[in-house]
Amino acid sequence: MSAIVVEHLHVVRGARPVLPDISLRVEPGTVTGLLGPSGSGKTTLMRAIVGVQKIAGGDVTVLGYPAGTRELRSRVGYVTQAPSVYLDLTVRENLAYFARVLAADPERIDAVLDIVGLAALGSQIVRTLSGGELSRLSLATALLGEPELLVLDEPTVGLDPLLRRDLWDTFRRLAAAGGTLLVSSHVMDEAERCDRLLLLRAGELIADESPASLRERTGCERLDDAFLSLVEAEVA
Amino acid sequence: MSLRVTGATALRVLRQLRRDPRTLALVFFVPPLLITLFRYVFDGQPQTFDRIGGPMVGIFPFSSMFVVTSIAMLRERTSGTLERLMTLPLAKLDLLLGYAIAFAGVATAQACITSAVAFGLLGLDVQGAVPVVIVLAVANAVLGMAMGLFVSAFARTEFQAVQFMPAFVFPQLLLCGLLVPRARMNHVLEAVSTVLPLTWAYDGIAHAVAGTDGIRVLRDAAIVAAVAAVALALGATTLRRRTS
Repeated sequence: MSAIVVEHLHVVRGARPVLPDISLRVEPGTVTGLLGPSGSGKTTLMRAIVGVQKIAGGDVTVLGYPAGTRELRSRVGYVTQAPSVYLDLTVRENLAYFARVLAADPERIDAVLDIVGLAALGSQIVRTLSGGELSRLSLATALLGEPELLVLDEPTVGLDPLLRRDLWDTFRRLAAAGGTLLVSSHVMDEAERCDRLLLLRAGELIADESPASLRERTGCERLDDAFLSLVEAEVA
Repeated sequence: MSLRVTGATALRVLRQLRRDPRTLALVFFVPPLLITLFRYVFDGQPQTFDRIGGPMVGIFPFSSMFVVTSIAMLRERTSGTLERLMTLPLAKLDLLLGYAIAFAGVATAQACITSAVAFGLLGLDVQGAVPVVIVLAVANAVLGMAMGLFVSAFARTEFQAVQFMPAFVFPQLLLCGLLVPRARMNHVLEAVSTVLPLTWAYDGIAHAVAGTDGIRVLRDAAIVAAVAAVALALGATTLRRRTS
């Protein structure tokens, strides 16, 4: 069974059809990269999969349930682009609250702090964290419940290369353990570490394949060039 | 809903307040200061102070919790934490009751401090039982909190949320009977005041302070509780799991 099945999804925001008609599948145990120029509908697609986006048509099925249903709330983790944590609490107080909501084992707090490299900052007030630390805390929060599906909207923005590499190691480890990850990104060396890539342009899926197949199809050695050639070919 | 999540939410809201000692100081010490100010402004008219001083003890929690809740809930909405919570196994009622419990606790402390100053230090005349006055003050706080929570859905910015205070609370203060008895208002205003919740909150507290008409105090308390429940239910409808 696919972890995510999107069929003829149609989303309108304001008067603009952000996603006119998109269909795709994501298989369990994989890391899927969601790429595309800004405004191409990546965040809207992710919101629809998590079930927080009003949709105008089509079906989104996640782990066998319609997106956003009660059964999924402890099984799907979502990290928004802007870190959504309480700035006036400490790192640990934030995690303790979300752990209680998720009925997660309190020992998970130390585990996720280690994963995102914030173990030394547990008692710091979140307002005083740097931008990168803030987004890592937001990610840690989503990892608390050991979700089967993780939807991450640009989780590595503002992180140094070392941390980015470590986080991607974590993503690969989670997928190897059977988890499913959908990760949006702007960074092409991250695309390299995905099993599959989805390329969006103006709400349309213009690529849905492995990095290797994308290179072969476009004849470009670098993924950067492969994307540019596809995006510009569609415009022309 | 679940006790675990409701309790965790109440604790979280209290922790956030504890991290903001300035707000707590304002909530706890502005009402007794204002009552003291009233006492000396009406130095020559002690009967006026006796009439409005007592009910004020019960009305401060309404306005403070209205403002504090509308800002706190607006922050949940704008910071993305509300959206995150809506993706988690948390019932809307867990969130609303969590807030209600936390703010009722703060309101209890506020009402105790204000009562101690008003009835103790300032020698304000209270015929009724002070604990009844405090219970009503807490009920009024929950009413203010529920209304603040509801109106926060209509504010985009904290500037707007703060302006809801004069827009929603001041007219009710003017019409509730605190300043001028309702019977002496013109008929239109008197009729309007009948449907405003603060009118009943004031009526209950005034009778509780005067120690008269226990049945009426109970009736008013029931009205306040019912309106608070309706406002909370309306507030719940503004918490959307899906947004456009």
